[in-house]
Amino acid sequence: MLRIILSRLFQTIVVVFLLVTFTFFAVRNIPGSPFVSDKAMSETEKAALEAYYGLNDPLIVQYGNYWKNILVHGNFGDSLAMKGRKVSTLIAESFPVSLKLGLVSLILGVGLGIPLGVLAALFHNRWQDYLAMVIAMAGICVVAFVLGPLFQITIADPLPFLNVAGWNRSTDIILPAITLCFGVAAYLARLTRGGMLDVLSQDYIRSAKAKGVKPLTLILRHALRPALMPAVTYLGPAFAAIITGSFVVENIFLIPGMGQHFVLGVTSKDYNLVLGLVLFYGLLMGIANLLSDLALIAMDPKLRKA
Amino acid sequence: MIGVRLPLLFSCLLLVGLISCETRSDVQIANEEGILLLGNSNEPKGLDPHLVSGVLESNIIRALFEGLCVEHPSEDGTALPGAAERWTHSDDFTEWTFYLNPDASWSDGVPVTAHDFVFAYRRLLSPDPNWPAKYSEMLYFLSGAKDYHQGKDPDFSKVGVTADDDFTLSLKLRGPIPFLPELTKHYTWYPVPKHVILRHGEINTAFASPWTRPGNLVGNGPFMLKEWITNHRIELVRNPHYWDAERVSLKGIRYLPVNNPYTETRMFGDGQLHVTYTIPSELIPFAQDRYPEMIRQEPYVGVYFLRANTRRPPFDNAQVRTAFSSAIHQRAITDKILQGGQKPASGIVPPFGQYQPPAVVAFDPARAQDLLQASGYDPAGKKDITLLTTQSDSARRMAEALQAMWKEHLGINIRIVEREWTTYLQRQYDGDFDLAIGGWIGDYLDPTTFLEMWIKDGGNNNTGWDSPEYERLLKQAENTADVEERMSILSEAEGILLKERPVFPIYWATTNYLLRPEVKNWHPLLLNNHPFKFVELDPQAAQ
Repeated sequence: MLRIILSRLFQTIVVVFLLVTFTFFAVRNIPGSPFVSDKAMSETEKAALEAYYGLNDPLIVQYGNYWKNILVHGNFGDSLAMKGRKVSTLIAESFPVSLKLGLVSLILGVGLGIPLGVLAALFHNRWQDYLAMVIAMAGICVVAFVLGPLFQITIADPLPFLNVAGWNRSTDIILPAITLCFGVAAYLARLTRGGMLDVLSQDYIRSAKAKGVKPLTLILRHALRPALMPAVTYLGPAFAAIITGSFVVENIFLIPGMGQHFVLGVTSKDYNLVLGLVLFYGLLMGIANLLSDLALIAMDPKLRKA
Repeated sequence: MIGVRLPLLFSCLLLVGLISCETRSDVQIANEEGILLLGNSNEPKGLDPHLVSGVLESNIIRALFEGLCVEHPSEDGTALPGAAERWTHSDDFTEWTFYLNPDASWSDGVPVTAHDFVFAYRRLLSPDPNWPAKYSEMLYFLSGAKDYHQGKDPDFSKVGVTADDDFTLSLKLRGPIPFLPELTKHYTWYPVPKHVILRHGEINTAFASPWTRPGNLVGNGPFMLKEWITNHRIELVRNPHYWDAERVSLKGIRYLPVNNPYTETRMFGDGQLHVTYTIPSELIPFAQDRYPEMIRQEPYVGVYFLRANTRRPPFDNAQVRTAFSSAIHQRAITDKILQGGQKPASGIVPPFGQYQPPAVVAFDPARAQDLLQASGYDPAGKKDITLLTTQSDSARRMAEALQAMWKEHLGINIRIVEREWTTYLQRQYDGDFDLAIGGWIGDYLDPTTFLEMWIKDGGNNNTGWDSPEYERLLKQAENTADVEERMSILSEAEGILLKERPVFPIYWATTNYLLRPEVKNWHPLLLNNHPFKFVELDPQAAQ
């Protein structure tokens, strides 16, 4: 077990290293500059800014300095677009917001998606199945930038205790969490349905049925655990993605989360912010994958031997 | 039994939870608390008056700091006493003395002195190559300022600003500037707290200085910084040390960085904002219908235009340029696309004050065709002309309209090149375009704010065009004290610019926004710089 964990962690470190290296050179090749604004800038001004942020060094020196600052000083650098703010502060401020919103939507997504998938499998090829899959397909296809405004207009506007956007009241989490949960629920429903159908056709289920096990016990005790394996595999990366925020949902609902930093960091050429986020996201993804692997091992004894 | 009880219990809890929720809107709560809720479009790049240049930053800085003079709440071009209680000037408007209000103090109680102003101007003009100050040229009106800033003369004592004593500030200008009080309303002319900045670093410690963070920032304006959470909100509270604190009615201002204008309009409708930053042009008809009393469409000193790259054919030819410009059906753009009350621009300087602009630009397809023919330009076999634009919806629609107009009236195909914001700007600075959509918002109420950018090598010229005669006239105006004469010289200069047409004026801007009825003392202002010290909230008016 320990070996699995250690090897996974090692893999994560390698992947994050490669990811950051690739991103480092990629973002610097995007056209445009972090310092351009609609008021013209003189050459000396531009040179001064580049010198201040060390952007005038050769790329390979910049790359070396980047790692040195992180590993030796624990410094992820300053944001280039938001003057005077550190990348680490920006992440520390926004991550808890995204984490809270992400966890709530994940719980909603699991609570909605898995029962829907089970239901669809149990009523395979009947109207309940079709209905569940239409809902799931709609959840995948109807994107957040349609759902979000739709909820704002049809739900928040008429209800006095719900705000259209913002992050001040305890109720402000409701609409963005529902908007976000649909995508997760939809995927989970499809994966659970597939897994369940697979399991239900197994011999041991048929034997259990023949022995007179009650249908509910059959599903909960014998079928559900193996049927959830594909869904759990998906939950790892989905967890990392959802707790790091969504640009679209944050933009629509005015949420001070991490998602908008990803997009605005790229459009404003904020190299340090983008790198900091990639590094953070990479690590989270590695950990989430590890957790989902451990969960799979716990669920399936066969994997423990592998 | 449990199966029945649990959902019942859950529903009851939910019901209790929802009933106990706040049902008053944000605006209702803010009305009671005396806080103005303001949509401010985006997260500010900073709050140091010397390191920013945007409108949204200026909206916050104007509440935190105060210049020698302040805006009148309803009259354009009237300067009220601010940090200075009175001022005098020489007959030729080149030497000014400002007598500071001895009661004025920073928000930590330290008096605002003339030395703070000298320090601020020295800081903004610092020639240090490691000091990336923005907008230093706004101070070039001071004699010697340009030479000092460009490193030609390292002696700051030659710059025309001196503190005669703690409360007397003398300014010596490069020429007669009758509108100096107007200029001092701009944040580049504000003082900065010497004692605070030096506590957190050197005079020109740029981004690493934490002096603008909450808890550190000290200003001399009617409000002070209480809270600043990235991408969430900036909250100001009334400054008890402000010299005119009795006059300030609002208890605070909350700026929300709503960068999605559709969300902003919905938030306004749901009672979450007193004032919006803008209205998307597609929503203007909806807003006119839904909020007829709250929609504001006011003139704004701004102009939108196309830059032509005169460094390369075919726009190195003035006739081709004028032909393209005359084929633009400006009214179709203002009335059909923008719908925000914008006016077709007959020149580059929008109409205001005593300035009489030369009305030269107009839609005239017949003349456009004649000019094109006379120029001898034939698009056959040549590379497509490109039109550089940003990726915003409104810019795209305007670009498509222009494309269709040139096709219809001149028979010329152009290609639209959309680039995201910083690349779009960079390509203009690099001169890598044929035509580019652009705009300019005036910094102060004088035609020079629109005319000086077209001088040779002007940072925002980007057209490659220059004219010695144009610059001679601008220089002449700079040395003319008589207001009427000065305006006529500037008008003559604009005539040259429009005759040669390196820029094609399209429309004069308006501000389009939503304002709730309980906001009082908020009047249309050409620069849209509303002085927050006079703004009041009247909850009765909301009913």
